[in-house]
Amino acid sequence: MALLQISEPGLGAAPHQHRLAAGIDLGTTNSLVATVRNGIVEALCDDSGEYILPSVVRYRENAPPQVGEQALAAASEDPLNTIASVKRLMGRGIEDIKHLGTRLPYQFVAGDSQMPRIHTVAGDVSPVEISAEILKTLKRRAESTLGGELTGVVITVPAYFDDAQRQATKDAATVAGLKVMRLLNEPTAAALAYGLDQSAEGIHAIYDLGGGTFDISILRMQKGVFEVLSTGGDSALGGDDFDRALAEWVMAQAGINDDAEHNQLRHVMAIARRAKEKLTAADSAKIELDASFGVAWQGEITRKQFNQLVAALVSRTLVACRRAMRDAHISADEIKEVVMVGGSTRVPLVREKVGEFFALAPLTTIDPDKVVSMGAAQQADILVGNQPADDALLLDVIPLSLGLETMGELVEKVVPRNTTIPVARAQDFTTFKDGQTAMTIHVLQGERELVSDCRSLARFTLRGIPPKAAGGAKIRVTFQVDADGLLTVSAKELTTGVESCVEVKPSYGLESSEIESMLRDSMSHAKEDLEARRLREAQVEARRLVESVDVALSADAKLLSDQERKTIEKALSALKSVMNEDDHSAIQQSSAVLQKVTADFAARRMDASIKQALAGHQVDDL
Amino acid sequence: MALTMTEAAAGHVKAFLESRGKGVGLRLGVKTSGCSGMAYVLEFADQLEPGDQVFEDKGVKIIVDEKSLLYLDGTELDFTKEGLNEGFKFNNPNVKDACGCGESFNV
Repeated sequence: MALLQISEPGLGAAPHQHRLAAGIDLGTTNSLVATVRNGIVEALCDDSGEYILPSVVRYRENAPPQVGEQALAAASEDPLNTIASVKRLMGRGIEDIKHLGTRLPYQFVAGDSQMPRIHTVAGDVSPVEISAEILKTLKRRAESTLGGELTGVVITVPAYFDDAQRQATKDAATVAGLKVMRLLNEPTAAALAYGLDQSAEGIHAIYDLGGGTFDISILRMQKGVFEVLSTGGDSALGGDDFDRALAEWVMAQAGINDDAEHNQLRHVMAIARRAKEKLTAADSAKIELDASFGVAWQGEITRKQFNQLVAALVSRTLVACRRAMRDAHISADEIKEVVMVGGSTRVPLVREKVGEFFALAPLTTIDPDKVVSMGAAQQADILVGNQPADDALLLDVIPLSLGLETMGELVEKVVPRNTTIPVARAQDFTTFKDGQTAMTIHVLQGERELVSDCRSLARFTLRGIPPKAAGGAKIRVTFQVDADGLLTVSAKELTTGVESCVEVKPSYGLESSEIESMLRDSMSHAKEDLEARRLREAQVEARRLVESVDVALSADAKLLSDQERKTIEKALSALKSVMNEDDHSAIQQSSAVLQKVTADFAARRMDASIKQALAGHQVDDL
Repeated sequence: MALTMTEAAAGHVKAFLESRGKGVGLRLGVKTSGCSGMAYVLEFADQLEPGDQVFEDKGVKIIVDEKSLLYLDGTELDFTKEGLNEGFKFNNPNVKDACGCGESFNV
């Protein structure tokens, strides 16, 4: 405990007041909010005792939007105004959404900005506003349960969320009136809830099988930092598919056709879901279809039968696990713990198969629906200052290197991948041409060496650089990544203090699969990239040399004898002829030759200019 | 009912009282505050209030009000060094749990 000092009568300092903080799991299918109360982490329930809030928002004419269960229930009657799985749209541009598939039943309208909007009876709404409605509902729940205003929250996002998706999540929180202290990766939050940050260093797998999505993340815990080694999964595989498999079985047994009435199908789905949940604990479950939905049928399913129905789905998740481990270059025996997240990991077959796959008993003691929000709540409690500051704060890392474009379309990496955030890195750059007064800063993300192979994040121009000889100006470019992984780039000319800055909000995002493939590419193309870099560097150097020799020749040719001049011109044209070829060693050789034959010329020019400067002066004047 | 203190605590309290130049003893107490319910009070006492109980240990008067005594009975006051910090510490057998920072507690 804290040590106390004796104070004057009546002047004892009150200990800090408890500040309210919450962790929010803003999920694709369901969302939750949790907090730390009296040192215990707990998920908060609504008035009817439900912890889980379906991530569904229904917009109504002249009435506030409905969120959660009510909205979900109305989904089939009012599909155009009821928006589910908005998380898939966060931070996406219209183009991206077209790629996502035509399955989305909403009416998209193009706005002024890149951000798509959905047309509803209550007007056009953006994904950020829809997410904000879900957050507002959770905020109300937390504030009425805790009896006060929330000081700050931690919101979880998938590990593969890029800058744009994170920014959109943060924006949604701002719209909902929440102060986001940190965005936390979902697998990291789950690992935190199990206290894996306190345990020995090692590699952990987070297996997250939710309602409609499956994610597997391989994390490495090292020196208080969780590093995401790889992520993988299937964005269209979840508990709903289990329900569907069982429902199809029931329909086959009961003789219901695939083209049955919509509400009959829904009834079967609901019955199937209940049977699935029952089979978690029981060896068999009775199934009874209500005659009011068409067919009356009674039957029973054993767990063994159910397992057969879903076995193929479970093995699909394991394929993704294998791929994620391959990406992380690790084998199953290196994994120390497997954390189970998501309601569908209650299915006994899932636990069994995952246990077999990793040869480990998976961690299941915390409710898999709540575990992410609970980890976030713990982090929120630390960040808001309710726990001693010496408790190590958890750090995350940036998934792909950040850098900028330099001459020759090369990428100079300023912040390498897997650097812990928050981080600020500065690097000095200079001008390439004499008298250059502006510089374009092109910010890139990726592992490859050439600009064309990386992803462009932003571009801005620093103007007002004092005209100087090439290489004279000194421009410091600072990359700053805050704790949420959001990037700010600023450039400053050091002699004059001229400054320019950009906050990077890319208009559309990278898919996790894109990040993966970018990483893989960087490995498989490492050699080509190196060659390409060497060539570009040689070309840039050659161009610089040619330019300065040209300038020198036109200014001070009189300092040279005809013979010398011919030698230099010969070397110069030799370099010019190979300069645009793609043989870097030839360029380097010719550059070296030109350097050598001009060394004496350069020295003479120097002498001449000094003489000129000194002409007419006494030594004493200087 | 008793409150005690260690030699180290008594020595420091005496020295503090002396350098302060006045005061009849040391007041211990609790007040409701903080995140876990209650916080300790540790003050110099210039006078006794009605209802105060006085315990004397190792030459120091420990003054505590009746209500606080319920929460503090059996407490030993200690003076310790933890890293660069030094200060007083309540070894209170009544405490069930404390908040993370230990500034407040629950019985």
